[in-house]
This record gives sequence, C-alpha cells and structure tokens, in this order.
Amino acid sequence: MIEKEEQILTAPEEKIIAVSMVGIQKSFGNHLALKNVDFNVMQGTIHALLGENGAGKSTLMNILYGLHKQDTGSIFINGEPVAIKNPKVAIEHRIGMVHQHFMLVPTFTVAQNIMLGSELTKWLGVVDFKRANREILKLSCDYGLAIDTRKKIEDMSVGMQQRVEILKALYRGAEILILDEPTAVLTLQEVDELMKILRSLADAGKTIIVITHKLNEIKQVCDYCTIIRRGENILTVQVDAYSEQQLASMMVGRDIALTSEKKPINPKDTIFEVRDLVVDDDRGIRKVDGASFEVRGGEIFGIAGVDGNGQQELVEAITCLRKSKSGSVKMHGKELQNTTILNVIESGIAIIPEDRQRSGLVMKFSVEENMLLKRYKNPAFSNKGKLQKNKISRFANSLIEKLDIRPPNCAQLPVKKLSGGNQQKVVIAREMSSNPDLLIAVQPTRGLDVGAIEYVHKELIRQRDSGKAVLLISLELNEIMGVADKTAVIYNGKIAKILNTKETNEEEIGMLMTGGGNFACAD
Amino acid sequence: MMNNMILALMGTLMYATPLLFAALGGVVSELSGVMNIGIEGVMTFGAFVAATVSFFSGSSILGFALAGVCGGVLILLHAITSISLRADQTISGTAINFLGPGISVLLTKKLFDGSAFSPPATKLPSIFPQALANRFHGTVFEALNGISSATLFAFFCVFLLWFVLYKTKWGLRIRATGEYPAAVDTMGVSVTTVRYCCVLASGVLAGFGGAFMSLSVTSSFSPVTVCGHGFIALAAMIFGNWKPHGTMLSCLLLGFAMECTTLWGGSNNAWLPVPIMEMFPYLLTIVILILFVGELATPKANGIPYVKGSH
Repeated sequence: MIEKEEQILTAPEEKIIAVSMVGIQKSFGNHLALKNVDFNVMQGTIHALLGENGAGKSTLMNILYGLHKQDTGSIFINGEPVAIKNPKVAIEHRIGMVHQHFMLVPTFTVAQNIMLGSELTKWLGVVDFKRANREILKLSCDYGLAIDTRKKIEDMSVGMQQRVEILKALYRGAEILILDEPTAVLTLQEVDELMKILRSLADAGKTIIVITHKLNEIKQVCDYCTIIRRGENILTVQVDAYSEQQLASMMVGRDIALTSEKKPINPKDTIFEVRDLVVDDDRGIRKVDGASFEVRGGEIFGIAGVDGNGQQELVEAITCLRKSKSGSVKMHGKELQNTTILNVIESGIAIIPEDRQRSGLVMKFSVEENMLLKRYKNPAFSNKGKLQKNKISRFANSLIEKLDIRPPNCAQLPVKKLSGGNQQKVVIAREMSSNPDLLIAVQPTRGLDVGAIEYVHKELIRQRDSGKAVLLISLELNEIMGVADKTAVIYNGKIAKILNTKETNEEEIGMLMTGGGNFACAD
Repeated sequence: MMNNMILALMGTLMYATPLLFAALGGVVSELSGVMNIGIEGVMTFGAFVAATVSFFSGSSILGFALAGVCGGVLILLHAITSISLRADQTISGTAINFLGPGISVLLTKKLFDGSAFSPPATKLPSIFPQALANRFHGTVFEALNGISSATLFAFFCVFLLWFVLYKTKWGLRIRATGEYPAAVDTMGVSVTTVRYCCVLASGVLAGFGGAFMSLSVTSSFSPVTVCGHGFIALAAMIFGNWKPHGTMLSCLLLGFAMECTTLWGGSNNAWLPVPIMEMFPYLLTIVILILFVGELATPKANGIPYVKGSH
C-alpha cells in the first residue's frame, strides 16, 4: 500500500500549518476511539477527514472544538500549543464548527441564532438588534452568503439553515471551520451551492475541515484528505492523486465495489399496484395527490424525490400506518388500502423503515428480541403465549451467522450497542426472513458507510434476482441510479414521470425532482 | 355601583397577586427548560416563613423578603436533583410539594404550641402613604387603599421579566436553553448556570407568592393557606403561553373568578350552594387546560435534563 511518509508536511513551504494535532489518544470506557492520531491541516486549504462510521472522525473534531477532552496528545493552532477545554476556548482560538445536527434554535430568528452567546449589547445587557443585523448583513455580503436576518429558522430550508451555521462561525471570527457531514441532509442543488461556498471561503484564506464519507464530494472540492480507520490515522494524501475507488478501499481497508453489479432485468408479472392514491398529513394538507405506479416481480422500482414531497405519507399509507383518502393499493390483486398492518405483513410485504432507530428497532431490546418482533405469534416461537427461548436463540443465531452481523455473539446484546450498519442488518434479517414478495426499502442506506451500503444494495439486488419485487424510496439520487431498474420521480405528491433508469441520467431526474421538465402523467 | 366595581377590582387584584408571583416563577423556570411543579410546595413554605417572621419581628416586609429567600433555598433541592443529577423533574417537583407543607406544618406546631395556625400576621403596606389614604376617606376611592404594595411589585416583576427575557442577552440565552440547550452549550454558554439561575429565581418568586397569601389574603398561616394556588398558577402560566404579559392576563382572569366566588358566595341569596361556587376557579382552570394545552408554544426542552453532546 501507499507509504505513510507521504505527509502534507512535505508540501509547499510557504503554507502555514493552521491545525496540528499530535499523538491524540481518547477512550470512552473500554473503547479506544482514537489511537495516537496525528492530524495536520494547512491554512487556506479544504481538508477532508474520511472514514467509516465510528472510525473516530467526529471524536477527533469534537476534541479540536473542545467538546471532548483528549486523554493524551497535544494541539497546536498556527504553531502555538493550546489547551482547548471547552467550546468557548475553541471560539477564542477562532475555531468554528458546523455540527451535523444544526445547533440552531428553531423559534429564533437568524440574527438571534447568530448572536447567541456573543451578543452585541447597548446598556444593562440590552441586545442591540439593529447593530447586529447590520453586522451580519455586512458579513453575509463579504462572503456572498445572502440571508434574511429577520427570518425564523423553522421557516427556512435545510440549506439555508446550514448557511446560518456557517455565518455563526464567521461572526465569531472563525479562521478554521469544521463541518461535520455537511451534505448529509442537503439536496443536490444545495450541495453544489455549499461546495462553491467552501471553495470561496478557502480562497479567502480560511482553513476548512470537512468530515465526510462521501467520496465524490471529496474529489469535487477537497485539496487534501486524511483517512481514519478504527481510530487510527492511516494516511494523508493529496486528493488529486487518487481515484474514488482507491480512497474507498483505503477507508474500508479492503477492495470495494462502488457500483453494484446487476444481472440483466428479468421482469415478471405485476405484484403490487398503487392507483390514484390520495393521502393527507396530520394537518390535513394533501401530501400524496393521485399517485399511481406498479411494481413487477424481478425488478427494483425506485422512487426519487426531494425530501418532503410525499414519500413519507406514501409509505405510511401503503403500510396502513396512515389512512388514505382515496385510491387503491393492491398486492397480488387484493385490496390493502386502509386495512391493518398485520394484513399488510401477511400479504407478503416487508419493510425496511426510514428511521431504523425509531421505527425499525426497539433499541433497548436484544438483537434476538428485535428479530422476533414480527413473528412472536408464530407457534414455533411462542407456545400458548410463552416464548420459546431456545428456539428463538437458534433462529436469531442462524440469521446472525447468515448476515454476518457483528459482533458475532450479539444475540443477547441490546441492539443499541451495535454499529449503524449492523443495526440495519438486524432489520434486514428480520424482514427478509419472512421471504417477502415485496420488499419496501425506505432510505435503506441512510447514515451507513460504504461497506454497509455495498451490503444493503447487494441484498436488494438478491431479492430482485430471485424474482421478487423491491420498492426503493430514496433521497440519494446515486443510490436510485445505481440500483433501481425503473425510476419514478415524485414531486409535490404526484408521480412526475416513470423512467427506465438505464435510459435516463442524473440531470433529467434532478430536473424532475425540482419540478422542472414536462409533467407527463404516469402510465 | 361604582363602589361595587371598585370592590371587585380590589378583590381581583388581591387574588391575582400571589398567582402572578408564582406563575412568573413558573415562566422563568420552564423557559429555561426545567419543569417546576414544586411551586405549590414552595408557596406553602413561603407563606409559613412570611407569617412567622412578620409575627415575631413585627415587620411584614421582612417576612415577605425572607419568604423569597427561603423559597429560593427550598427550590435549590429541585435544581440540584433535576439539573445536576438529571432526575425526573415531575418526581422531584412532587417531592418539593410534600416537603414544603411538611416542614411548614411541623414548624408551625413547634413554634405555636401545637396549633396548626400561626397568629394573625400584619398586612403588607398599602401603596398609598397614610397621609394620602386619609384624603380618600369617605370617598369612592377609599377602597383603593386596599391595594397592596406587593401587588404593585408583582406587576413590576411582569415588566422586569418581560424586559429581561425579550430585550437582554440573558433572556436570549434563557429562552434558547429551554428550546435547544445544545445550541447554547456549543456557543460556550453553560446550560447548567443558566438553568440554576432560572430555577432559583422561580423559587424566590414562588416564595413571594406564598408570602402574599399568608400576609395579605388569609392574614395567617394554616396548612390550607395555599390550597392549590401553586397549581392554578401553573395553569395560568400555560394559558399565558409562557409569556410574562400573557401570564399576567390569565392571572387577572383567574383572580376575577376567585373574586366572583367571594361576591356570590357572600350574599345570602346565593343561587348555588357555596361549596359548589367555590369550585369555580378550579373548574375554570381545568377548562382552560383542556381548551388550550394542545396549541401552545411549550418550550421544547422543558423537563428534559441536558446531557453534554446530546441534541
């Protein structure tokens, strides 16, 4: 493999090292999160911190921002040794952090959020909103980050909220900006916008550290990339010199396929059919407005769309978690609409829900209990209401072995102790164990790293190749493009168009997702 | 007629004052994210302290002030358990509601030879100086002399709290702490400090509320002096949407309801049995809670202990 010697320390002499973390060690309880990590970032560059979930990237940055304290090791900012014991000290050293979950008060205005903790005051602590508004506007002009300072956060798009977070750091004079998974929640257009912003900030001399596991974004905008695997710094490279494939392999520690291999499609009869479905949300607002599509055996039917265009309500209506107003949902020709969840399960539908922690798993239950959730009524597992512990364990262990869920002896372990990827495997194991005719997968790879994503996609394709149907609903366009055979684009609760994935491209789907393109009716 | 209206106004103000102190205490605590159902217990303790201190010292103002201090001390227990120890705030508040009356009744019996009542206390002074009050003598304004200086102070507290919460940086931090503490923490402000200050302030205010009950409403302390006013104050806080001015209006409404009970119940030709009429303010509280509780801007992090790094 590549020599670790290829450090950025050998890079051009005139650049200053803005951040230098030396020999950082950190453990949580028995778990050693960071092992003797060195990390150097040059001023005015965009530096990616790449690694799988749980590799320790966020921990390292939380140490830099003073949210955690390292056990051993030292930090230098612009060559000066510093002790960052809390975020206040970090802010004093001109470090700013944009967290993955935004640290914004939804009911406050932009100006109030930006000021919070560093308020401009007149007398007796009275906040000088006029001056603050002026200063924020000036700041937003200087960096080309247009914003309405009087608008409330809860009325803004996620992309704009992130902009507020960036301004919040700049307002405090940040020279070093850390962004934790900044693109996880953004739409395609917002990602492009963010990349431009980051580039212009770096050109203005700011140092930017981006925590991510998205390789295409690293290639797009980053200068350097440090790869962290299981708490160890593997190496730091110049991004230009490596392909996405190479970066992925270094991150995971083995060769990995970024694109899924699929056999040619072999479609069978229609298994599942949705006709003119109309669904309202809790507030009575129409979310699904006459959606129609059908899914055949042996195909993966993808639904692409920007978040909030009715995907959630569509799935809830299909699975009878929510009442639909009109239309029909048929499985094998049998009407399911507005019946019961049990009826849906028994008709041969399995679902990988969007939020595995909230609706996919009971986090405090053990792995085997979670695997039993859908079959506790099965006489094989419960005899006159008494659970058959031995049989359940055998069943769970066979699934754990089959899907290689780690750690290997996790049957009795609470599921919250597992990594995100392994939690998702528990969900998949449970859902696939009933051998469903239709698998509905909603955002099945959300928050997973490359290795786990590869596994989930393989599993979806296996289901398809065995002649069963898959309905894949995802906000990740490249997931739809890579896995789905057919792609329907949902916009404003309507199916804008159904396309053969092979015959389309990201631009066309991207247009349809944002309401562009001509509205051909589905059929 | 004029006389009756002024009397009704007097009664409304009198009943609204203790509610207002206690409800403002609820507002400041809950806006910072600490649920505070212990207000009832703190009020009872404050009522006891005020009555006792004013009896022994002869100064109702000293009694009033010490009731605030002792309220702060008692609520400190709630602050420690719910902020530092991250206990369940409902349970901690309930404990305060047992502890406050418990200590008060015990000490009353110790101090006053086994009696459950304290001797009559001196009223808090009127807002008008004696010279001015004499002028009103015999006019329709005579009743205005009944307005207590503490009532004026309560309304001043409304203004003060509104000013702090909505105009100053501390208010910004308090409200942010109750909505999303992680945002405050990551900006280098201590969530713990903000919450301790707010809970202590709520204890002082609730102590004032209790003091007013025993000094100016019932004129002595007994175990039933406060009788649910702390809970009514919490209802007023909810009805007032956790805003000082909204809370003031709902306290006045509830104060008026109590005054109505007194007016109707006092006349001989009452059209309903008196005990049923006495239920009126409590029924009104329940109705208010049923009608409005779903639509309000409850502070999002209210009642949830903050753990660093959570969001």
